[in-house]
Amino acid sequence: MQLDEFFVTGEPLIYAGMVAIVLVTSAIIFLLTYFKKWTWLWREWLTTVDHKKIGIMYILSALAMLFRGGADALMMRTQLAFPDMNFLNAQHYNEIFTTHGTVMIIFMAMPFLIGLMNIVVPQQIGARDFAFPFVNALSFWAFFFGAMLFNISFVIGGSPDAGWTSYTPLAGAAMSPGPGQNFYLMGLQLSGIGTLATGVNLMVTILKMRAPGMTLFKMPIFTWSSLITMFIIVFAFPILTVALALLTIDRIFGSQFFTLTGEGLPMMWANLFWMWGHPEVYIVILPAFGIFSEIIATFARKQLFGYSVMVWSIILIAGLSFLVWVHHFFTMGAGAFVNSVFSVSTMAIAIPTGVKIFNWLATLYKSKIQITVPMMWSLAFIPSFVIGGVTGVMLGMAAADYQFHNSYFLIAHFHYVLIAGTVFASFAGLIFWYPKMFGHRMNERIGKIAFWFFVIGFHVCFFPQYFLGLDGMPRRVFHIVPEWFNLNVISTVGAFGMGIGFAVFVYNIYYSYRYSERETTGDPWNARTLEWATPIPVPEYNFAVVPHVDSLDAFWAMKERGESPYDESKVEPIHMPNNTSQPFIMMGIFTLASFFLVFEWIWLALAGLIGGIVMMIIRSFDYDEGYHISSEEIIETERSARGL
Amino acid sequence: MRHTRKHLSKWLVFILIGLILLLTGCSELTVMDPKGPVGEQQKDLIVYSLYFMLGIIVVVFVLFAFMVIKYRDKPGRDPKDYKPNMHGNKTIETIWTIIPVIIVICLSIPTVNTLFDLEKPPESSAEQEPLVIYATAADWKWFFSYPEQGIETVDYLHIPTDRAVEFRLSSADSMSALWIPALGGQKYNMAGMQTTLYLQADETGVYEGRNSNFNGEGFAAQTFEVYAESSSEFNNWVEQTQNTAPKLTQSKYDSLLKPGILNSTKEFSSTHLQWVNHGTSNGMDYAINRFWDDYGDKLHLKNGKNHSHD
Repeated sequence: MQLDEFFVTGEPLIYAGMVAIVLVTSAIIFLLTYFKKWTWLWREWLTTVDHKKIGIMYILSALAMLFRGGADALMMRTQLAFPDMNFLNAQHYNEIFTTHGTVMIIFMAMPFLIGLMNIVVPQQIGARDFAFPFVNALSFWAFFFGAMLFNISFVIGGSPDAGWTSYTPLAGAAMSPGPGQNFYLMGLQLSGIGTLATGVNLMVTILKMRAPGMTLFKMPIFTWSSLITMFIIVFAFPILTVALALLTIDRIFGSQFFTLTGEGLPMMWANLFWMWGHPEVYIVILPAFGIFSEIIATFARKQLFGYSVMVWSIILIAGLSFLVWVHHFFTMGAGAFVNSVFSVSTMAIAIPTGVKIFNWLATLYKSKIQITVPMMWSLAFIPSFVIGGVTGVMLGMAAADYQFHNSYFLIAHFHYVLIAGTVFASFAGLIFWYPKMFGHRMNERIGKIAFWFFVIGFHVCFFPQYFLGLDGMPRRVFHIVPEWFNLNVISTVGAFGMGIGFAVFVYNIYYSYRYSERETTGDPWNARTLEWATPIPVPEYNFAVVPHVDSLDAFWAMKERGESPYDESKVEPIHMPNNTSQPFIMMGIFTLASFFLVFEWIWLALAGLIGGIVMMIIRSFDYDEGYHISSEEIIETERSARGL
Repeated sequence: MRHTRKHLSKWLVFILIGLILLLTGCSELTVMDPKGPVGEQQKDLIVYSLYFMLGIIVVVFVLFAFMVIKYRDKPGRDPKDYKPNMHGNKTIETIWTIIPVIIVICLSIPTVNTLFDLEKPPESSAEQEPLVIYATAADWKWFFSYPEQGIETVDYLHIPTDRAVEFRLSSADSMSALWIPALGGQKYNMAGMQTTLYLQADETGVYEGRNSNFNGEGFAAQTFEVYAESSSEFNNWVEQTQNTAPKLTQSKYDSLLKPGILNSTKEFSSTHLQWVNHGTSNGMDYAINRFWDDYGDKLHLKNGKNHSHD
């Protein structure tokens, strides 16, 4: 292979990307060296098994991916703003919408939410860590390296260009030759394995490690939504793993599962993809529901209305999410009966979702609403998501879907649910739990500026797209005709509004780091659930004394009774796991093997695979039992953190 | 209070803009202004569902605005208006579960009816047999074969008005979808299988048709024009094509089939169906076996017509 085949050449934008990567990497290396932070980075972060630090790394990576996916989006909107734009050519546009979709779903939405779960769920249930801290670190590095592998494709080898759905036969070896599609397959495979491991890990954590007295129906609603999400992950992700493996074997070793030759079944890919893909969108929306529920109850200063109905709605939505995948291809010609069944099952999801909307509204009834920034994001979610929801029902009506399918109506719908749901929730959750991560709140005034830019920009961007769809504008076209000009240019303006909102949001992270007041209590919002019972900064063991729970909103009840969550007389030594470099090294080796496989350098890939297996064997003979934190040390930590 | 007002007025503005756009703009949107019975049925279904959706939106937005304005934490609020331990109410929860159930039922019945209707030719032209056209997609062009007339067109389509057209859809290679928004919804074209799509034009005119399912670099250019004309004009066109157009040979067909974008439309007085039907399992690998190495070639397609491929 020639060097000019290895690196992507001929695109000014990509050269600019390369320069940016080199500059940023050099700057990071320089800063780490200059401030002598390499050991700190290795000891405190790269080898950590602490769920809170892993959560922070998830969220920082997700923000970086949101930047990348957002930059993709702005480039697309620039190209679509005017009928005669020659900003991106067809090939480049195809690569960009493919990476935009994949990055946003797989490397932004899921890690953001999993990051919040990492930080919050163990604290909400009164646990000291995940059930399997080592696996948790492994999951993170699988995701992180998978994301890096996928992202490097635009400068090395070429980006995938078959859409985030990667439909065969288009994504097969004949029609998409070269490494691009392999990057998609291996990047998703790596991070998918990480997600699956998180699914098992967090499920066990929630089921087995709750504080005494916390029965399932006394769990905070975010923990409930996380638990159900983990069930979806455990049942859905193996389908993706298998589908990706089959397509990889197709492309690299010439099998014929999804090919046009040898009686392959290209349409089977669409089925397998959406049997995972539909549950996947609930993986990113259910935790969002949980976050909004927590925030709305906290700032409405009121108990969540209809808690058990909320829980059962989540369970019902999760169950239905496995029974609707055909609605992604009503137009495949499965016949009126099949489409009728999936049409009705799709619309049925609106019932539990509608119930949830009314429950949130009822939570606001006779409440005392405090308009904080996380609450603003949560309130903006309700009307925005309803627009996305009702248009989702319209798409679910299969006969009408023949006209909506593949059009901008669909684009508008899923951005309305995914942005108003998942992205608003990610921002709301990050701001809400920010003090638990960094010891200070984010600036309210700047937070509100970011909010208004983003939310107004969002509606201006996506509302016109419903009408573009009805005017026959298909998705994924790289240029527009003059009839679609007006609405497209409005949409582009909105997209840049969102971009400004995001930039202000990120600036707020810096500003708050510099100027925000440091928190002195563990409970800056006067909130309800157990994660607020730990002091700030949260000690590595979370709870010096494991709390006893006997009602919903356990911390609120404690505060009403005037109890402190910390009782010095009950402090005992705490057993904690040691840091380990194995997850980082193991996933690093697997990533290298995947990279070789992307370029179909089979022997190198095999060597990498063996290296990874050796690491697994080493891990199997690892007798590290962890260490104990002495009572004296705990008492000292708690006294200084709680200002006693 | 200032923020609440801002919040509320923003939503009201959106509702207003939405309604205005809906009321004034709909008649100009292709899908909402169909030119045949299939699109008409779909538009009716969409409009029917829109009433429900707007109803839901109005109810939720009004409730939302009421809650956010009335129950903000502000000085001088009546303490009786604050019930922090309210946790549920069976009656009201039952009511707001049943209402969505009823709405879903109301939407399901016409959806299912329409679904079964669309599997048959439109009733308004039941006295005539539908015109059969094999619509074959290939990277990135359309072949339309009229087996009864023995003619074939590339990248354009003539149909008679007031008569159902039975499209037999298939693809020579990647999955695509035939979509003529002015006439009705789309269906996939897939290699090795055949799907059927009934459409009909009631008004003469030229309509835009396209592949709506992304299938690679030339996707945006895979469009065609539909000439809907009276049956006598249509018959004249058929006759003229039969008499003047050349026969389609297999080597000519193969050269057209090669992945790429054609610069002009074509017509022939015979069809490719005599040697291959891509909608059968035998025809599934016809194109891929011939052009395996050509699919990866880049077109360098830019906006407008300036692709270097010509």
